[in-house]
Amino acid sequence: MRAARLAIMAALFGALLQVPAAHADVASQHWSFNGPFGTYDRASLQRGFQVYKEVCSVCHSMKYLYYRNLEGNDGGIGLSEAQVKAVAASVTVDGGLNDDGSKEITRDGLPSDHFVSPFANDVAARSANNGALPPDQSSLVNARDGGPDYIYAVLTGYTTPPKGFVLGDGMNYNAAFSGNQIAMPQPLTDGQVTYTDGTKATLDQEARDVTTFLTWASNPEMEQRKRMGVHVVLFLVLLTGVVYIVKRKVWADVH
Amino acid sequence: MTGLYKSTYKNPLINWFDSRLPILSMMDKEYGSFPTPKNFNYFWNFGALATVNLAIMIITGVFLAMNYDPNADNAFASVQHIMRDVNYGWLLRYAHSNGASMFFIVVYIHMFRGLYYGSYKAPRELLWQLGVVILLLMMATAFMGYVLPWGQMSFWGAKVITNLFSAIPIVGNAVVTWLWGGFSVGAPTLNRFFSLHHLLPFVLTGVVFLHIVALHITGSNNPLGIEVKGPADTLPFHPYYTSKDSVGICVYLIVFAILVFFAPNSLGHADNYIPANPLSTPADIVPEWYFLPFYAILRSVPNKLLGVIMMFGSIAVLFAIPWLDTSKVRSARFRPLYRPFVALALPASLFLLGDVGAHSPSGIWIPLGRIGTAYYFFHFLVLMPFLGWIEKPLPLPESISSPVIKPSAVYQAETV
Repeated sequence: MRAARLAIMAALFGALLQVPAAHADVASQHWSFNGPFGTYDRASLQRGFQVYKEVCSVCHSMKYLYYRNLEGNDGGIGLSEAQVKAVAASVTVDGGLNDDGSKEITRDGLPSDHFVSPFANDVAARSANNGALPPDQSSLVNARDGGPDYIYAVLTGYTTPPKGFVLGDGMNYNAAFSGNQIAMPQPLTDGQVTYTDGTKATLDQEARDVTTFLTWASNPEMEQRKRMGVHVVLFLVLLTGVVYIVKRKVWADVH
Repeated sequence: MTGLYKSTYKNPLINWFDSRLPILSMMDKEYGSFPTPKNFNYFWNFGALATVNLAIMIITGVFLAMNYDPNADNAFASVQHIMRDVNYGWLLRYAHSNGASMFFIVVYIHMFRGLYYGSYKAPRELLWQLGVVILLLMMATAFMGYVLPWGQMSFWGAKVITNLFSAIPIVGNAVVTWLWGGFSVGAPTLNRFFSLHHLLPFVLTGVVFLHIVALHITGSNNPLGIEVKGPADTLPFHPYYTSKDSVGICVYLIVFAILVFFAPNSLGHADNYIPANPLSTPADIVPEWYFLPFYAILRSVPNKLLGVIMMFGSIAVLFAIPWLDTSKVRSARFRPLYRPFVALALPASLFLLGDVGAHSPSGIWIPLGRIGTAYYFFHFLVLMPFLGWIEKPLPLPESISSPVIKPSAVYQAETV
């Protein structure tokens, strides 16, 4: 009876977790960051950052990240301090007014700067993109049902529309996108970038790398979180054992 | 009646303190030597778990509030700031958001325990009703808390739920404008929700205190549902139930930790990572999972006002069950007719309604929602009074410590 009760409770809890897990129908991919021990593949993160920098960031902002977030292997994508400084210095940021207030100035970016957005505001972004607003990519993976699998499916989902499918003006056909009409033109193709580490830049490779990078951008704390979680759960399991033995001992004389 | 309390602590300093302010004696009376039925099963952990959960929510919430900005232009960004830049901010926020889910899981099981073992019956009617007040406060607090990240689901959830009040005849629209602080959900709505979300947990703590005071007046119910007859039926709360509750707390923390560290967004909606946009309605506006059964009841009625009445009625009916249940026997163990209805049919109808609430109301989900809603009200309004009259309960044991009926009979009753 007690075992049956436990089984029912476990089933109820499982059912609770199942309800919101009903994702859009996208194929699940193998990712290095899946599972309770998953980590980001640093080489893939850095290639993904290259794809982001050369392709995505032309239209998409990533305004909640700082350049300093890229530094190191503990929470970053594995760039050195000098590399981060160089990345930051390659952009120009708004420097406010000059000392006598007569002129707006710009300066080179610093690691302490937020990622620079490609457009001044949403209106400018829409105006440059056929009326569509490229979403900010800071939390894009968390903001889509299916997460990384969905992002990968969209990036690799561009095909010629089926016969009779009428595309809107300036729209593109995408098998994974809701309604199959997406304003974003196909961003990645074979050889879209030339990887600095010599990896062959196929569409699949680029999509995987940039999805890994975007997942990191959405969840930079993930590795620390899972590492801590393993420790916390192990500790709690041990503690439960000890506490249960204490309880048994306290209750030993009760009938 | 004035004068110093007659404290008996050996340490003179503690005795001096306690004879002037006997909170130590009170704690010892209520949580140390407090006579507690000796036959609790692990279902009796969930009251303690709810208290622990409330403490976790308040502590994480206070620290989140130090870093959160309740300004409609900055709220979304400030949550990102908490997640990315505040030391362990992600832990605070994930513990708080999943803590809300854990709170409802714990409280729903706690309520099921009360329903199954008849803990709402005399003399514990007021104790039960205070519990329902706590549930209402929790719902209000959770709803307003979900609005604070100011994502798409925050915004549109707030819009849908506050709009329910527009169903009130004549004054409905004025009430909604008053709740919003404007003519749509906007900056004033966010500010007042933040204020109330910070206030209500402390009101809730006060009602929890009353709930515990009432519990310590009537004493706890127990799995047999019979009153304590004498000292042989009880154990001091400490160390017996402190040790047993500790086991439950550890298991609860494991479940909580797995959610927070390995699946922190599994119970939330992806749409809430998109900033609130009054001009773009999400494809599906879905409340958090713990509201889904009530949302399903709301949508199972084709008339808006009637739907709102049914939804609030589904909670209101809980206030009346101490009198709707006509059976003199508390524990469903000894109620062979009622038992399958409370143990299986009622939870099944709520799970069905939860599933219905997560789907857009079309096709098969409409009749399923109506079946679930009909059963929910049928259970409380018809089955409870009716079965109490016609049912012949099984023989009750003489006392907790000396059951007259043979243990095998109890066992059979358990496995019906």
